[in-house]
Amino acid sequence: MLSLGCPAWAGEAQPAVADPALEDRVTAVASELRCLVCQNQTLADSNAPLAVDLRNQIRERMREGASERDIIGFMVERYGDFVLYRPPFKAATLLLWVGPIALMIAGLAALYYRLARRRREVAKPELSGEERARAAALLAGDADAEKR
Amino acid sequence: MNRYLLPLGVFAALVILLAVGLTLNPREVPSPLIGKPAPPFRLPQLHQPEQTFAPADLKGKVWILNVWASWCAACRDEHPVLTDLANSRIVPVYGLNYKDKRDDAIAWLKRYGDPYDASIFDADGRVGIDYGVYGVPETYIIDKQGVIRYKRIGPVTPEILKEKIVPLIAELNRG
Repeated sequence: MLSLGCPAWAGEAQPAVADPALEDRVTAVASELRCLVCQNQTLADSNAPLAVDLRNQIRERMREGASERDIIGFMVERYGDFVLYRPPFKAATLLLWVGPIALMIAGLAALYYRLARRRREVAKPELSGEERARAAALLAGDADAEKR
Repeated sequence: MNRYLLPLGVFAALVILLAVGLTLNPREVPSPLIGKPAPPFRLPQLHQPEQTFAPADLKGKVWILNVWASWCAACRDEHPVLTDLANSRIVPVYGLNYKDKRDDAIAWLKRYGDPYDASIFDADGRVGIDYGVYGVPETYIIDKQGVIRYKRIGPVTPEILKEKIVPLIAELNRG
């Protein structure tokens, strides 16, 4: 009775692509590039038609022996620096990279100087002996001391 | 008064920066090909596949390359503007039919009108990639030496036509 079950086929699962090693390299390069249609995704993640085309281009060029640098150069030549998923570190992007840290340091410095100045202001008043006695009396809650 | 001046100044600077930012389009990817020679190619024409076209064929003339497709809705929006441009006869307008089916493209042109001197058939989009096409429609102005001088990403509006494209064509034709 149990042998009525579904026919079983024992064999090795076929890989999704013909050359998995090549595909890994393609994915590695595609992860460094930006999809220009879905601009917050990498070329590896995006399903936009342009992304599929560009991945095919990468695969073809790699088959022909192009290096990762060649391929990235190919893309930047056509689409500009924006196609790099990580913005390059150059004069034009200096503000982008350094800006947040610089702002944070500036903010912390401003805070430090503010606090230092306040500490100095607070520490300033020097009381004479008489003033000190009067202050003590006031703090002790002696209402008469106020009138004196 | 002075102690309020610094935060106020910083705030004003921030407001100006953000206000300018609001007028910019964050999705626009400026083309690195401006000022570079138009990438060469040779492709069959849409209506007559036996005939081919290459940018070198138009050396010595200022011309416009408009990337379009029958599946592209925005191309329909810019179609009247392109037709006006073509009818004014100030510049030859060539179409690059991008990742389309020949029959659909020909039907589209028959239905809406054909403003192009000729359309070039880029079935797999390879030439589009060479030109940095990422969103149809896109329009290029190419000068007499075959150098790309201007790229419009998105449909050509009458304002863009009047303020950018027509003056540039006049200037390039003078040179």
